Amino acid sequence: MEEIKLMKGNEAVAEAAIRCGCDGYFGYPITPQSEILETLMALEPWKTTGMVVLQAESETASINMVYGGAGCGKKVMTSSSSPGISLMQEGLSYIAGAELPCVVVNVTRGGPGLGTIQPSQADYFQTVKGGGHGDYKLITLAPASVQEMADHTVLAFDLAFKYRNPVMVLSDGIIGQMMEKVQLPPHQPRLTDEQVREKYPWATTGKHGRAKQNVITSLELRSEEMEKINNRLQDKYRQVEQNEVRFEEYFCDDAEYLITAFGSCARICQKTIELLRAEGINAGLLRPITLYPFPTETIAQFAKHVKGILSVELNAGQMVEDVRLAVNGVTPVEFYGRQGGMTPTPDEVVKALKSKLVK
Amino acid sequence: MTLEEIIKPENRIYGKTPLLTETPMHYCPGCSHGVVHKLIAEVIEEMNIAEKTVGIAPVGCAVFAYNYIDIDWQEAAHGRAPALATAVKRLNPDNCVFTYQGDGDLAAIGTAETIHACNRGENIAIFFINNGIYGMTGGQMAPTTLEGMKTATCPNGRDVSMEGYPLKISDMLAILDGTCYVTRQAVHTAAATARTKKAIRKALENSMNSKGTSVVEIVSTCNSGWKMTPHQANKWMVENMFPAYPLGDLKDR
Repeated sequence: MEEIKLMKGNEAVAEAAIRCGCDGYFGYPITPQSEILETLMALEPWKTTGMVVLQAESETASINMVYGGAGCGKKVMTSSSSPGISLMQEGLSYIAGAELPCVVVNVTRGGPGLGTIQPSQADYFQTVKGGGHGDYKLITLAPASVQEMADHTVLAFDLAFKYRNPVMVLSDGIIGQMMEKVQLPPHQPRLTDEQVREKYPWATTGKHGRAKQNVITSLELRSEEMEKINNRLQDKYRQVEQNEVRFEEYFCDDAEYLITAFGSCARICQKTIELLRAEGINAGLLRPITLYPFPTETIAQFAKHVKGILSVELNAGQMVEDVRLAVNGVTPVEFYGRQGGMTPTPDEVVKALKSKLVK
Repeated sequence: MTLEEIIKPENRIYGKTPLLTETPMHYCPGCSHGVVHKLIAEVIEEMNIAEKTVGIAPVGCAVFAYNYIDIDWQEAAHGRAPALATAVKRLNPDNCVFTYQGDGDLAAIGTAETIHACNRGENIAIFFINNGIYGMTGGQMAPTTLEGMKTATCPNGRDVSMEGYPLKISDMLAILDGTCYVTRQAVHTAAATARTKKAIRKALENSMNSKGTSVVEIVSTCNSGWKMTPHQANKWMVENMFPAYPLGDLKDR
């Protein structure tokens, strides 16, 4: 029988983490994502799967605990919301540099600064353009439902280990807090220490008979060698861009106008598409599921056929820049967004599309 | 006796432990780091735990510690070693886990990570090199720089009215319920070195026996940063550092 439950997006992350064999979670409370840590503490997985759960003294400590755990080849994660994710940028850069797998969930709120605890998508740039120092990329998944909060937690670990790279689940306060039906992923056992040593020969598990020491580091002072590492990282990112682009099309086949939106905003825009089609305007929604790698090629193809594209976001216009790069001037690209924790209604987006694009 | 006969293994009375690699150390002549590295390697070898020990290297002069001791290592961001060690030990409770940190790393940028790892009683050993100066970046003021001591960023001497007081962080860590062993040692004489080795052993044993956090502060010289000869630096340390940072156990539970 299918196991379907009603729960919050944040709770789904916690449940999915335990079920997919996560070894450790390290986090610090911040609204609107504290339910992830609270749910894990209530479920006490250390008594069942042996998963370690620890409330750290700061997000800085959390992400560095993740670094330590990931360096041992363990399946580890943290979560936070925007101001806390800013504190983690140092650690994320080191983790990317040391090529360690881990999952970070950002249940985004509005900024800048302390901003608001209400939902926002204003961390798009921070997430997909770097955030920390140095040339690196975070594979970024953007869930649009509670189901995807669970599914993306599992997928994020798979991608993290496939590429030895940090993966960000870029959610927001709406997806984290809203309750929906969810089918939780099946239980996978945690790897044993022996399996970790066999599967991840790079991990600092203690040598255990291995001839050569393992060192987890991002440091290389010889420029010729550091450039090789930089190039290797870039080669990896090209592989990610080739293999891992994910998106969802909603009434795109015959679309004359295209809306691009991710996460909670895409849910709102689904309704907008229905309203536009009821008025006889053939609109479609392209929802990037991976924000990095971005569905550049798909958008470029649509650009050849549509009369215009509207990027709808809970920010001042961030993803729209990547849409414009993909479109490269072939068709008009406009933006509509709300900020400060405000969310657009489907009607608002209908009006925006008509006024900006339908002549 | 020919040279070949003299260097026969059975004639040797002293040698380096095989756990120290052949890589020449980058430390300045007279620096305490090399001695402390040797002691840690010897203790790990003697305890027969090299196969299940993971070290966490700092940012500072000891950033390349992993090049010198042949065990698994992680290189942390500046100050974050205790956070890494927390996860490494909790996820691998059978392993012996230690951090190796300088005064800037442990007592300035990493103060929060240090205090909270100690307060949680993480079953790790922390080896803390306190030479009162930032060596790697060229001799700037450290939190443990003595009052009146000259550095690149307090060229007229540390003025406590401006820069605050030397931080006695081991004393702070000793009052935390999570620490089981806090001691302050040095390696300027053979006797002191022997005491430091015992302290290192106790700290690593505590990690293996899950007794809580152990902190071994080693009051050290940085003759390059202090702009002294190694001999002068040892003398200066005894006369100036030891009164501010007296040697001995602060806590042994």
